[in-house]
Formats: sequence, structure tokens, C-alpha cells
Amino acid sequence: MQPIAAIEMRNISKSFGAIRANENVDLTVFNGEVHALLGENGAGKSTLMNMLSGIYRPDSGSIFIDGKEVHFSSPKEPIKLGIGMIHQHFKLIDVLTAKENIILGQGGATFIKGKELSEEIRDISDRYGLDIDPNKKVYDMSVGEKQTLEIIKVLYRGARILIMDEPTAVLTPQEIRRLFEIIKNMRDLGCAIIIITHKLNEVMEISDRITVLRKGHTIATVETAKTEVKDLIEMMVGKSVDLAIKREQTEFGQLLLQVDNLHVYDSEKREALSEVSFDLFSGEILGVAGVAGSGQKELCETIAGLIKADKGRIFFDGDNIVGKNPRDIIRLGIRMGFIPEDRLGMGLVASMDIVHNLILKDYQNQPGIFLKRRHIIEKAHKIVRRLDIQTPGIYSPVRKLSGGNIQKVLLGREIDSNPRVLITAYPVRGLDIGASYKIYELLNEQKSKGVGILFIGEDLDVLLELCDRILVLFDGKVTGVVNAQEVTKEELGLMMAGGSAEKEGGSHA
Amino acid sequence: MLESFLFAAIISGTPLLFATLGELITEKAGNLNLGVEGMMLMGAIMGFSVGLVTGSPILGIAGAILAGAFGAAIFAYLTVSLRSNQVVTGLALTIFGTGFSSFIGKSFVGQVTPESIKSFFSPVDLPILSDIPFIGPIFFKHDIFVYFGYLSIILVSIYLYRTRRGLNLRAVGENAASADASGINVSLYKYVHIIIGGALCGLGGAYLSLVTIPVWQEGVTAGRGWIAVALVIFASWNPTKAMLGAFLFGGLDILGFRLQSMGIHVSQYLIDMLPYIATVAVLILSTRNNKKEDRPPQDLSNPYFREER
Amino acid sequence: MLKILKRDDLSKNKAIFIRFAAIALSLVFSGIFILALGFNPVEVYANMISGAFGTEMRIRETIIKSIPLVITSLGILVAFKMKFWNIGGEGQIIMGAFAAAYVALNYSQSMPRPLLLLLMAAASMIVGGFWAFIPAFFKVRFGTNETIFTLMLNYIAIKWVTYLQYGPWKDPSAQGFPKVANFDANAILPSLFGIHIGWIVAILLTIVIHIFMTHTKRGYEIAVVGESVDTAKYAGMNIKAIIITAMLISGGLCGLTGMIQASAIEKTLTVSLSGGYGFTAIITTWLSGLKAPYVLITSVAFALLLQGGSFIQIAMQVPAAVADMIQGMILFFVLGSEFFIRYTIKFVRVGKSDAQGNVKEAS
Repeated sequence: MQPIAAIEMRNISKSFGAIRANENVDLTVFNGEVHALLGENGAGKSTLMNMLSGIYRPDSGSIFIDGKEVHFSSPKEPIKLGIGMIHQHFKLIDVLTAKENIILGQGGATFIKGKELSEEIRDISDRYGLDIDPNKKVYDMSVGEKQTLEIIKVLYRGARILIMDEPTAVLTPQEIRRLFEIIKNMRDLGCAIIIITHKLNEVMEISDRITVLRKGHTIATVETAKTEVKDLIEMMVGKSVDLAIKREQTEFGQLLLQVDNLHVYDSEKREALSEVSFDLFSGEILGVAGVAGSGQKELCETIAGLIKADKGRIFFDGDNIVGKNPRDIIRLGIRMGFIPEDRLGMGLVASMDIVHNLILKDYQNQPGIFLKRRHIIEKAHKIVRRLDIQTPGIYSPVRKLSGGNIQKVLLGREIDSNPRVLITAYPVRGLDIGASYKIYELLNEQKSKGVGILFIGEDLDVLLELCDRILVLFDGKVTGVVNAQEVTKEELGLMMAGGSAEKEGGSHA
Repeated sequence: MLESFLFAAIISGTPLLFATLGELITEKAGNLNLGVEGMMLMGAIMGFSVGLVTGSPILGIAGAILAGAFGAAIFAYLTVSLRSNQVVTGLALTIFGTGFSSFIGKSFVGQVTPESIKSFFSPVDLPILSDIPFIGPIFFKHDIFVYFGYLSIILVSIYLYRTRRGLNLRAVGENAASADASGINVSLYKYVHIIIGGALCGLGGAYLSLVTIPVWQEGVTAGRGWIAVALVIFASWNPTKAMLGAFLFGGLDILGFRLQSMGIHVSQYLIDMLPYIATVAVLILSTRNNKKEDRPPQDLSNPYFREER
Repeated sequence: MLKILKRDDLSKNKAIFIRFAAIALSLVFSGIFILALGFNPVEVYANMISGAFGTEMRIRETIIKSIPLVITSLGILVAFKMKFWNIGGEGQIIMGAFAAAYVALNYSQSMPRPLLLLLMAAASMIVGGFWAFIPAFFKVRFGTNETIFTLMLNYIAIKWVTYLQYGPWKDPSAQGFPKVANFDANAILPSLFGIHIGWIVAILLTIVIHIFMTHTKRGYEIAVVGESVDTAKYAGMNIKAIIITAMLISGGLCGLTGMIQASAIEKTLTVSLSGGYGFTAIITTWLSGLKAPYVLITSVAFALLLQGGSFIQIAMQVPAAVADMIQGMILFFVLGSEFFIRYTIKFVRVGKSDAQGNVKEAS
């Protein structure tokens, strides 16, 4: 007899505006199983799970918990049904202790009975093999301890279904060992556990079954024991699709940018980048591939001068620019364009119009105290025409524009300053096909003018067709620099998951 | 000499105690309400007018509480449900409250607090406690309003640090998103505590109009509401420290008179500056204080919105 | 179930309509309130308008009341554009007046009038600017909260001038009455068309600040910093310098108001010369949407309220505090209306949802 599934999601769809995060997704998870939800960035994993935790509501489809259909309208309901979600970004209160965080939001006696609580927590810890000091403050805890706390938190609320979003992303190898022990314990005790991840080796080690998502669709659900890594990669990245993006042929020019042994720590004192070295030549597009959080953001921002590197050097045309901030870089006349991931929050001033956004970097080099706009207005018209930007006028605030047009404004501005190096982070994210192709066209144009382009992207098919070489980042380290014409999608997938390049790629004679 | 000074400092500091405690609670919920001066004034006039008309101290107090709560409710609606800018909304409340108090107070200027109320709030020696040498006469020979002040501090401390609801409240002010994810009703907590905070501010105003100052006059709070806002920072959002701060500033308030009566002639007005300079000093020092528990609630003055992507 | 969603954008006309609706609603509300007090709201409003514009003298009074509002609001505008909550306008006005008074009381005889007035103005702007610089410095250096800091400086300024007024600067010829000596005639602002030339200054400054905010590099930088510090850093802006400059200007303008009020209205230094303008200016600035030309409009409108309120106090025995309350109510309504401009409300049925998701829309 078929056991009733702990969770069954049937035909789930969810969109955010024009973005289809999930389309007709099916997922079934049983009690006493560890089920991995595998997929690239933007595959729709987190969105799907957020519907189980009550943060989002599905546009269509149904969710069944233990065979009964449910409609969640707030996070409170799933908690009552025994669903516990452990988010990638912990939802803990720093200034409170472990046990205070655990009883947050729980009903019960008016007064907190400290001793009783500590005992209850000890019970749970012992049963599942967890270890925590109930009186420790969260801000004193290591990342591993915080995660253990999140787990106890949901167990305390009677969770039998646990959802963990990228649980190993922030752990050390030893902590990962311990976590896996804990997960196995919980499974043996009858819990249903869903792990959202992109780390293939871990999936193979810990899961019983795997569901692969790609671009919002369910590709397949398989049993771990009967699958191999290469099958998974193929399911995750799919067959190569010919996008018909032209790759400009140019002569490799001189060395423009040389990054040497870069080490950068992020705000949580962890190494966001370590031992990163690579070269960028004029007239090439160097793609940067990697799962989200592998250090791409830090890479761009360090080169652009927004983040300070802790070690290493960055040579632009022979001069070491490490440690220089954007002001210095502009003042020194270094022509480097940067199109950040956060378009409206960093690259543009959302409430201002195109004209005032075009002068954002330019104005400093104008003499005098007045803002000279006349030539900028002409330039604005020119850029709007050339890039075919759809806007009610050059005086509308840019936040009114669609994603594609916003990106065109950014790109238009950066290109207009005749950069020698152009760094673009996820330039086509959220853009429709037409706008994306326009961006590729513009980038190719720049490339043929001898600009060196650093292209951080998510879509492997695009990277393979547009770029000349591809650098792969994993966990802040470079796992490979390969020739785009020679590498396969599967090999890229492997490098992105932590394996290293077998071929020595990227050398040019 | 010192004894009588400290005794007077407590009386002078009690309105501050209530107002600071009220604003402390509001800020623990994550909202910065700059309308304290307004709420105090509303409480002061409603307390006085209801007390005068009915002769009942209880009704007077009730009037003050309701007035402060009403002002806070307007603020809560605007900042929690309508997500308006907290700084400007609080200022609007102060302007409104000041006008309200001045307006209703017009017909009461010069009127004296009724005997029935005066006697209700006459000093009472607490048995045993008031016999403790030195401390007794300073702390335990006051009117019941002051004792209620002590009680409030104790109750709020227990509430914040030993009850579940108090814990939830602290979570709301620190990180509304995490509190929400834990199943706490963020809006409800904010509403309730902002209104309670306002009620306390009104109570602080009532102490001035019903007990301290014998005759109604305009502007009876004289900017104490603003000091209360600063005192919350001074107290590192801790009720006990708030009480100490209130009494300290109460003492600073009357220091000028004391010094003069002792024959020391420093300008009253330079002494008057002390509370504010002290506040500035505290502000600067507290920003450099790295102890996490002394920091403001992290989500203070951020409106919360569980929004879709 | 109601779902609140951020609006994509609202046409300018709709936004203005919502704001006017808010003001109209607040007037209706206040009218009901006035009625409850036993007065005829129509009569009250009519008298307020007549009291503000009815005779030539009243028009002059309205303009005189609007001048300090305009200049102070312009100062606050610059700070607010940068999201620096300067509520120390009162203190900056008073310190500016103090500086101007120092010059007036000591140098009135030693130089010709125009020079004296210019010197007074300069002193007031420098000291007012400094008064705003202090919290700005601490904000930039230590991240100290500027709201409370500027507020406390208000009180310190008031106490300082009170000290002077009752102490070292007390006028011996005032027969024991605590006031500062009157300014020499040389230190008084001249009049043009029956109003002191502050009105010319106000209009000029409106133009200057408008040009500054919209046509200069620094004005542009201030706007960018206010919108997003990240973007400002990305663009390589010197954020610290920008904050300091903006606050020097903000305090300087408020300080100038102090000089004008001291020289033209009070003709001496007194602690009451700021008259709450420092706080009222926050409202007029907020209502102007942070645009200099609109500051003129909102300031005159508020001056109308002040002058009209002052008039009905005498003519109808309506307490002046009513104007305060109406001010507060208008502000509440306008603040509340911001919500309807920024967000839209949708009705969503719980449970069944069709392929498109949201069912009905109400906005």
C-alpha cells in the first residue's frame, strides 16, 4: 500500500510579475526520507519552499500535507502543522539567548520558566544528537551553532517536516559532518526532510531521493542510489541549447587587467574570495560562472573599488589599483565601467531621470560648480535611440522603466564613457529575449573595439556561446579557467559544484 | 540637606519617569514616537480638567491615560498601518497635542487643583521601608503616584525580561521579519505597545498638572517630553536605568534653585542646560558603546512590511 | 482578505489630487471639531481668510509671518533631501540671532548700515551653520542619531540666550525687566513697500536654493546621497564632505532667519523670536515635497493659518491654539495620504485561486 506522503505539491505555479518562478511543479516527500531539491540559481527551489512555509501563496496548484489539502495565509499555519523551515539567512534575534529564540512566538505560560525550558531543550538535543548551550547569546555563536539553534527551534515547535535551504553553504567541513549525522538521526526517527542545495557530492551522500528543478520546471525525481553525478548534472543544466549568439572574432590584444592572489573577507569575516588570480585581455569577453554566493559580487566590487581587499593586487594597465576607491579610480582617469547586479540600488538613482543618471560618474570631470546638462541631454537622446530604450521620455524617472530598459540605460552610460574594461554582473537577469540579445550585441560591439569584458552570468548556454574564456568560481576560489569553445556544459557544471578543470584552459599564445 | 534634595529630585523626576518608560516601551516595539511632549500635554490637561470637573482623582487619572493613549493611537495608525514617516508623524503629534492642551487649557488657566485630589496625592509614609536610615526618607515618603512609578518600573522590567509576551515584543523591535517568521503578529504588538506607551506619557503629564504644579498653566511640561526621548537612549532601553536617569535629570532640573538657596550663584539658565548637554554626551558615548544589549532595537523606526518579492 | 501592494507609479495628477483631498478632508474634520466647540466653522474659516488677506495691513502681516517660514523651510529642505532629519531649526535660528545680536550690540556705531547688516547676516549664517555642523560631524564620524542631537541643541541654544537675556546682556535701562538692549537703528533691517526687506531675501533665496538643488553639482550630490548611499559610493562621491556642506547650508539658512527676526521684528535678542518656526518649517518643508518653489506656496499658506488664527483669536474669541491643532490635523491627513499614493489595495479571495492568482482588484 502506498504510504500517504508527508508533503505533496501538485502542479504548482507561481509568478512574480513577468518572471515565472515555478511552472507546474510536482513534488512528493515521504516521512522517514531525506529528499534533495536540486537545481541551479533561479531554478525555483526557494520559491517552492517558501510556499510550504507560508511566506508565498501559489498562483495555482494544490498542496497536501499528510493527505489533506491546505491553504496557508501566514507563517503561523505551517508551523502548527509541523512544518519547520530553516532559511538560508537565519531568522534569529542576535541579542537574545538560544532558549529565548526558541520560545519566540510560542503561546504558553505568561512567565518564562527558565529551568523547565532548558530541560525541554536538553531533551530534544539528546534525542536528535544536537548540542547547544541554552543560555548563549546568538551574537556569540558560530554559524554552525546558529544553524543548530534554528533546527532545535523548529523541533521544539513539533516539526516533523523539516525544510533546509542551502544548509551547508555557511558551514565548515566538520560542521557539515555533524549536520549530516543530525539529519540521519531525524530521518530514522521518522521525520521528512527536504534539503535545497546545489552541491552534488552532498546530495549523493545524504539524500534518499532527488527532485531536479530547472528554470521553474520539474525535470525528474530519482532515487539517489540509482543515479550518478553526471546524470544529475545533465538534468540540472540540460542539453546545450543553441542560442545563436554571435561570438565576435577579434585579435587578442594586450593585458588590461591582472588580478593577483586576491583575498577578500565578507561582512561575516569569512573568506569570500581566496587566492583568486586571472588575466583579462583587450578584445575578449571573459565569462564568470558559479552558483550564487561563490564570490562574484565581491569580485566585481573589489575590482571596482567598493570593497577593500585584504590581500592581493589588481593591476590595471600595469598600475596596482587595489585599495583605491571609486573616487580615486575616476580621478585617475582609469576608464573602467561597472554595471552592478543591483541596478536601481547601486548603479542608478531610481527617482531621477535618464539625463541625471547619465551624469552620475561624468559630472565630476566637469569644470565649475554647475551641472552642465545640455550636452548630456543630447547624449541622452542619442543613447535612447541607439539602444532603442522604451521610455515615456528622457525626463521620466528610471524606476518606471522595465528591467530591460533600465539595463540599457546603465549599459548605455557605461559604454559611453569609452571604458577599456567593462565589468557586468548578471546583465540579462530578468530581461526578455529581445532585450537580452540587444545586450549581447552591445557587448560584442565593445569587444570588437578592444574592450576587455568581465561577464558574470547565470545561464551557462549564454556563457558558452558569448564568451571567449570562462572562469569558474566555487566557494570563493577559482576552480578553472577554460576556453569556451572547448569546454562542455557538463564540465562547467562540475567545476561549479567544486570539481576542478581537467583540461588546462584559457592559455593563449 | 542632601536628603531633601534627593527627595525633591524624585518628585521632579517622576513625570520624566513615566514619559521615558512609555517611550521606552514604544521603541522596544520598533517605533520612534517623537510625540511624547504632545501626549504628556494632552494627558496633563485631560487629567486636570476631568479632575477639576469631577473632583475625582481616579477619573482624572483615567482621563489622562485615555488622552495619551488616544494620541498614541493616531500615531500608531499612521506609522504601522499607513507606514508614514515616523519622525514627521511624531512631530505632528507634538504640534497637535500642544495645541490641544493649550486650547482646552484656556478655560482652566489659573484654576487650582481641587482639594479632593490634592489630599488623595498627599505624601504617605510606607511602613517599615520609610524607616530605613537615609534611603527611607528619600524614597518612601512620597505620594502614591510616585509609588506607582516605582511599581511601573518593576512591572515593565518583569514584563520585558521574564514573560513570553515581553520577549516577543523585544523580538519585534529587533528584527520584525524574524519575529514574523516565528509566528508573532507584528502589527498587533506594535499597536498595543505604542498605545500603552502613550498612556504612560499621558500619566507623566498628569503628575505635573495634578500633583506637582498647584495651578494650571500653559506649557506645563516645559520640554520634558523631549528629554524623555533622549533619556530612553541614556537608559540603553532598560527600565531600571530609565528610572535612575529620570531621577538624575529631575535633580538637574532643580539644581539651580538649590544652589541659589545655598548661596552659590550660578545662573539658573546655565544649570538648566545641564540635562541637555548630558543627553548629548550620552548620545555620543552610547554610539561608541559596543555592548550589543545597550544598542537601540535594530529595527527601530523601520516600518515592517511582509512583501512579496 | 486585503493585500497591500506597492504601486508601480502614480500619475502626477492623481498624486496631487490625493494630497488635496487629504487637505480638504482635514479641513472638514477640523470644521466638525470647531462646530463641536460651539463656533460656526464657515464663519471661522471665512474670518481666517479675511484676517489674513482682508486689509492691506493684514496682508503685510501674513507676508511678514511667511518670511521666516520660507527661509527656514529652505534650510530644512536641504537637510531633508539628504534624509538628514534636522529638527534643530529652532536652535539654529536662535544661535543665528545671537550672533547677529553680538555684532549689532557691539559694532552698530562703527560702520555704515549696509555693512553692519551684511556683517550681522554673515555672522548669523556662520554660527547657525556651526550649530548644525556639530550633529553632522558626529553623524559622519560616529553614526550618532541626528534627530535627538539636533533637538537637544535646540534647548541648549534656548537656555544660552535666556542666560544672556537674564544675565550678562541684560539691559540696565530696562528697569529690572529682563531683556536685552534694543538694537541701534543702524542695525534694523530697512523696509520696502511697508515690509522689511526680508521678503526680498526670501524670494532671492528661494531662487538660489532652487538653482542650487537642481543645477549645481553639490545639489545633485545631496540628492543622490539622500536616495542611496550605495549609489553615491559607486559614483565615487565624497559622502562626508557632502553631508557636512549640506548641514552648513541648512543651519546657515536657519541662522539667517534668526538675524532677520531679531533685526526686523523684535529689534533685539529674545528667546521667543524663533516663535516655533523651526518646527512649523518642518511641516511646510514636508508638504512642499522638498521642492523650493513649492516651499513659497506652503509657507504662505501656513502664514495664512497663523495670521488668520491670530485674527480670529481677537475677533471671535477663538483660542489661537486652534490653529495649532488644525496644523497638526492637516499634517496627519497628508501623512496618511502618502500611503495611498505609494500603495494600492487588492482584494484577494482566500483558498481557491485561479490561474491568474489575484481575483478582484480595488485601487
